[in-house]
Amino acid sequence: MVAEIGQFVLILALITAIFQGVFPLIGAARNSQPMMRFANNAAFVQFAAITGAFICLTVGYITSDFSILNVANNSHSLKPMLYKISGVWGNHEGSLLLWSWILALFGLAVAVFGRNLPDSLKARVLSVQGLVGVGFLMFILFTSNPFERIDPAPLDGSGLNPLLQDPGLAFHPPFLYLGYVGLSITFSFAIAALIEGKVDPAWARWVRPWTLAAWGFLTIGIALGSWWAYYELGWGGWWFWDPVENASFMPWLAATALLHSAIVVEKRDALKNWTILLAIVAFSLSLLGTFLVRSGVLNSVHAFATDPARGVFILMFLIVVIGGSLLLYGIRAPMMKGGGLFAPISREGALVLNNLLLSTATATILLGTLYPIFLDAITGAKVSVGPPYFEATFIPLAIPLIIAMAFGPFLAWKRGDLAGVVSRLKFALLLSLLLVGVIWWQQTDTPIMALVGLGLFGWLVIGSLLEWTERIKLFRGPLSASWRRMTQLPRSAHGMTVAHIGVALVILGITASETWQTEHLGVMRPGEIVSVGGYDFRFDGAETVAGPNYDAVRGTFLASTGIEKGVYLYPEQRRYSDPPMETTEAAIRPMLSADLYAVIGEEDGKGGYAVRIYHKPFISWIWIGAFVMFLGGALSLSDRRLRLGAARRARQQEAAVKSLEGAKG
Amino acid sequence: MRIRFLIPVVTFVGIAVMMWYALFNLNPTEIPTELVSRPAPEFSLEPVPGYGPGLAQQDLATGKVILLNVFASWCVACMAEHPFFMELKAQDTVDIFGLNYKDTPDGAAKWLARHGNPYKRTGMDLKGRVGIDFGVYGVPETFVISPDGKILDKIIGPVSPDMFESRIRPLLNEAGS
Amino acid sequence: MKSSFRLLMLSMLLAPFLVLSATAVFIEEKLKDPVLEARALEISAEIRCLVCQNQSILDSNAELAKDLRQIVRERIALGETDEEVRGFLVDRYGDWVLLNPPFKISTVFLWLGPAVIFILGAFAMVVFLRGRNRLVEDESRTKLSTTEEAEVNRLLKSDETGQNS
Repeated sequence: MVAEIGQFVLILALITAIFQGVFPLIGAARNSQPMMRFANNAAFVQFAAITGAFICLTVGYITSDFSILNVANNSHSLKPMLYKISGVWGNHEGSLLLWSWILALFGLAVAVFGRNLPDSLKARVLSVQGLVGVGFLMFILFTSNPFERIDPAPLDGSGLNPLLQDPGLAFHPPFLYLGYVGLSITFSFAIAALIEGKVDPAWARWVRPWTLAAWGFLTIGIALGSWWAYYELGWGGWWFWDPVENASFMPWLAATALLHSAIVVEKRDALKNWTILLAIVAFSLSLLGTFLVRSGVLNSVHAFATDPARGVFILMFLIVVIGGSLLLYGIRAPMMKGGGLFAPISREGALVLNNLLLSTATATILLGTLYPIFLDAITGAKVSVGPPYFEATFIPLAIPLIIAMAFGPFLAWKRGDLAGVVSRLKFALLLSLLLVGVIWWQQTDTPIMALVGLGLFGWLVIGSLLEWTERIKLFRGPLSASWRRMTQLPRSAHGMTVAHIGVALVILGITASETWQTEHLGVMRPGEIVSVGGYDFRFDGAETVAGPNYDAVRGTFLASTGIEKGVYLYPEQRRYSDPPMETTEAAIRPMLSADLYAVIGEEDGKGGYAVRIYHKPFISWIWIGAFVMFLGGALSLSDRRLRLGAARRARQQEAAVKSLEGAKG
Repeated sequence: MRIRFLIPVVTFVGIAVMMWYALFNLNPTEIPTELVSRPAPEFSLEPVPGYGPGLAQQDLATGKVILLNVFASWCVACMAEHPFFMELKAQDTVDIFGLNYKDTPDGAAKWLARHGNPYKRTGMDLKGRVGIDFGVYGVPETFVISPDGKILDKIIGPVSPDMFESRIRPLLNEAGS
Repeated sequence: MKSSFRLLMLSMLLAPFLVLSATAVFIEEKLKDPVLEARALEISAEIRCLVCQNQSILDSNAELAKDLRQIVRERIALGETDEEVRGFLVDRYGDWVLLNPPFKISTVFLWLGPAVIFILGAFAMVVFLRGRNRLVEDESRTKLSTTEEAEVNRLLKSDETGQNS
């Protein structure tokens, strides 16, 4: 019954989405208020319908209704409730339903909170959202229906994969999808602007908060995925430049570029065409990622059950959406009026440079990810494009970007004083060189990339702090004045500083852990002690233990510095029976200074065990830094100026001020 | 209409065409053999106990096209092609040699005893090194060897009758054997 | 029908390897010389594990990965250079086995692409910024200072009165 209701409301949602996609567009062209207003109602109905479908599927999982094929394939009666629920979206069909639900949710948000949007713009935005929703709903209903029944229903499900029963993995998809779908809103706005032929001032005010939110979610989503790989896969790797990882990184890079160019649109009414293009590209990359994961076209650790038939549908959808929007851009963009003027050395100029570097990085990763397909198609030759390629091409772009990140906030709008900025950053440069010098003096064979990484970290942290302290005139007057300045400073300014510092922390984590990681890979017998990274690891033997659905060999290690009481680590090698698979559960002791990472493996038959012990300095800072970046974005998002009610008040204030000035002059 | 604004859509069309082609024609997990038209690598192996003479490089130059099948008793997919190989042997279509990959002599012998032996010769590659010299990365794989011991083609995965007709039969006919 | 048979067969093909990678961390013979062992691990990090999806043989738990690691060690112990060790594997498995794509005619676009994209983008950026700069300078040149503007207004007014009179 539940599945049939779910099926029914999904069809209802599709029909509503079709109406939502068509009528408001016509209404905007004909200036028909009722037709345009219809978009709001349609958005609400669509959201309600898909929510209903989502609830139905969730009920199916919670009650372990194995007559539903999707539940039978992906769930199991013995699964803990949390993972039964996260199992709803941990599979191909369910994840698409989650996509559609978030799509409808954000569309509804535009309908509800967009009261001060011009009617035609709002109608067009909701239409485009609706059309994207149509594509997803059709894909679900025709090729990936989660409500298909299976008869006779199996006694129990087959979805007990231990890898999926994990908090990191449970929350990684929702955050990613929130990010991808957030980018769909900016996409819809971009298309609406192209159709209108102009960029409304309200448009600029809407693009930035939505991009901020999407960017923030993507940051968390990617960080969660990376962190999961780190603790689950057994050798402490956290990024492999796997095609599906790249498929999430590219939209993130595009969203970062979009975030920065949207600032220029909002503040200076410039770079409109470019921002529109970026908004289209960012969402297109999200869709392209969907294609790559589910079509089987690329080798990846990540791929969902691949099916060329589904691949065809998605590809056709991509051609319509991306091809259509880029064609629309090609035709309409030349007619858009240019905007504010600025000199090359200015805040705008720095943001343009930022966009150049980020766009090149995105294009490079796309090239590397798709190249094997390209070569195979043209010559039949097979080539692998792995981490060495991506590192060699990404890092040379990241370095100037980080350097510019300290300059940018110092530069004034329209025309900046580069010499002045350089002199203000002297301090940052000196401290960074000092840091690098000290490290080099301590260890003269430090790899040059490590010195560069640490130098960039110092440069960015100190540069960002310098800008912040200067803005609140810290130490240049009474502290109370600085405090007042700080509270009056718009939150987006604080957000920028925090986010940039977050980036610096990530660089610190990456540089330190890659350069100074030490390890011991070998066989240990009980009682043996090895020294790794300044810690003594004593192996106290291994025993067999039984978990709820697995048997395991559990090793005991005592790690100590010799100074204080040691810490125990219990890595496990688990053997699950249903489905039969083995996993390594590394024992990790995270500290701010480093992570201790222990893995236990084969027995050598003589009482010894194969072990891997790692000391990874500062590696937790990678994820701390990502979280700090998210905080910076959240801080910016909470800026009152970005809230839409404030926009109207601000416009009224602006008009009042202008009339005052006119009266004065 | 200014040209530069059309660059994005043109780029995308190129990518889409490539993806379309890839969906229908490419398989990213199949790696073709590197050894086409090269002589088979040097090796010399003991037979599976009780199953024919051993297998060495020179044995592969038989004067007619033969198949070298990489198999193992632990390989589930090998069971899918085994009946077809028995048929080929019964009809004397083509000689098949067996390369027993990373198996135990006992296990292999028992497997052949239970399911039948389609191989004229067998060789035990206990450590898998010969397989690596051949560029083997999975089981089963089947090499098509020319009359003078060169490698003509490699089939990855079990050999189905369809695959035999489409890929192996033409090579048999070409050599006129 | 054909494609699903193929998929089924392919998954069965990989299944044995999944079963075989029974133990995750192997007991391996390492090279006695730590410098050589370090070289072996470095090379292994750039060799693709053929049966895994996108891992190096250093990271992989597959049996074949372990065999390949041993081969890398053996050849280094024989005194081969890094290039020769990689060449040994490429000879048998093709360029695909290298995670670092070689620079050949077939990969020219891959390796030069990023630089080309950057140069084109930088060129477009410079042209764009120059255009903006010219407009900014035009604006500042044609904009009169307040005193100049007052003077013009005065002249215009006097012109008018002049004409009227």
